[in-house]
Amino acid sequence: MQEELEQYTFDFLTETAEIVAESRDELSIRIGEFAGPLDLLLYLIRQEQANIFDIPIARITDEYLRYIRLMKSLDIAVAADFLVMAAQLIEVKSKMLLPRDPFADPEEVAEDPRQELVDRLLEYEKYKSAAQMLYEKATIEQAVFPRGKIESDENNAEISATVFDLITIFQKIVERQKEKITMEIERDEVSLADMIKRLHARILEHAELSLASFFEEFDTRRELVTAFIAVLEVVRTESVKLVQKKTFDDIILKRV
Amino acid sequence: MSEEATETAVETKQARGTGELMALAEALIFVADEPITARTIADVLEEDKASVEAALQALREEYDNRESGLQVREVAGGWQIATRTELHEYVRQFLKTRPSAKLSIAALETLAVIAYKQPVTVPEILEIRGVQSASAIKTLLEKRLIVTKGHKETVGRPMQYGTSKEFLIHFGLKDLSDLPSVEDFEDLVQ
Repeated sequence: MQEELEQYTFDFLTETAEIVAESRDELSIRIGEFAGPLDLLLYLIRQEQANIFDIPIARITDEYLRYIRLMKSLDIAVAADFLVMAAQLIEVKSKMLLPRDPFADPEEVAEDPRQELVDRLLEYEKYKSAAQMLYEKATIEQAVFPRGKIESDENNAEISATVFDLITIFQKIVERQKEKITMEIERDEVSLADMIKRLHARILEHAELSLASFFEEFDTRRELVTAFIAVLEVVRTESVKLVQKKTFDDIILKRV
Repeated sequence: MSEEATETAVETKQARGTGELMALAEALIFVADEPITARTIADVLEEDKASVEAALQALREEYDNRESGLQVREVAGGWQIATRTELHEYVRQFLKTRPSAKLSIAALETLAVIAYKQPVTVPEILEIRGVQSASAIKTLLEKRLIVTKGHKETVGRPMQYGTSKEFLIHFGLKDLSDLPSVEDFEDLVQ
């Protein structure tokens, strides 16, 4: 008995190679198709052609653990729920191996440790059948087509206007357009090239150019940004340098 | 839609024969974009529900008897005109549609539990299926086959789920009682 129990230690990760080798073809097809541990268990019980009310728990537990190991060896993530079931199977199996309590009332019929499992399996199987029924119904339903959508289905406003209504509306719009005061807003366009030219001219005029006074020539943000970039560009590419006589003093642009 | 129709019906109110009722019901079912209830049809026509229902049954039989390409049928508590199942091959060919993606086994099982046990919580579904059903529930919510039905007043106030009207339409069910009883499956199992 001791030996038999040891067989069921949670040693999932070892001893897999031989199992895989012997059964990869036969088993891998079914692996991953189980909707859950109860589904796997039902499958195994059917495979063994066992009576659900008298489950050969030792054999089924063996098979169950074999599947779990195989799933692991095939790198299929084994959901925690499958491991929970494995633990429960082992628990039931060990309970079955225990001798009957000698002090227990001999009249009283001891409850079968498998009972809870059987109840769950029967309950689950009902819903498994129901799922199958839903699948069939959906398949049939997919062969039935209601009529196509019509305009008003999307709550489209109805078009009850005639061509003349449309022309009248259109004329009104044209009238309104005439009355409208148009106001154009010009956008100040200063290109970087223009700005650099302007800066050159200033530097040529004065040997030294105060940056502050150069920037004061502009009043829009756009111009200021362009002026700033122009300064950077000129300093980078040409023989012009920026000089500051002391901290916080005005910055001077100087030809070298 | 129904308000306007009711007003016109007031003026023309007079005893209608079954044939006329059938024609009117047929017209309303045809234009309705969702299954239309006998109640709505009765309200629009200002008729009593019983005579409308009789007309609807007669209409269904008339379609069946002349082996029409269309069928008048009850879905999700209402009435609908749709093509006959047997003709799907050519209808699909014309519409260039394929059967839409099927639900996974996990999703179908979860849906079965919800359909029969509603309102039901996630832990209750886990109890029956023996496996976490979170992603299946997400899929079913996305497909609008299930809806939340408030919290259960128990420890942790878990969310409860139930089936939606889309569920009835998707599976071609009249109402929830149209589902075979779960006891039938029990007999099947044993």
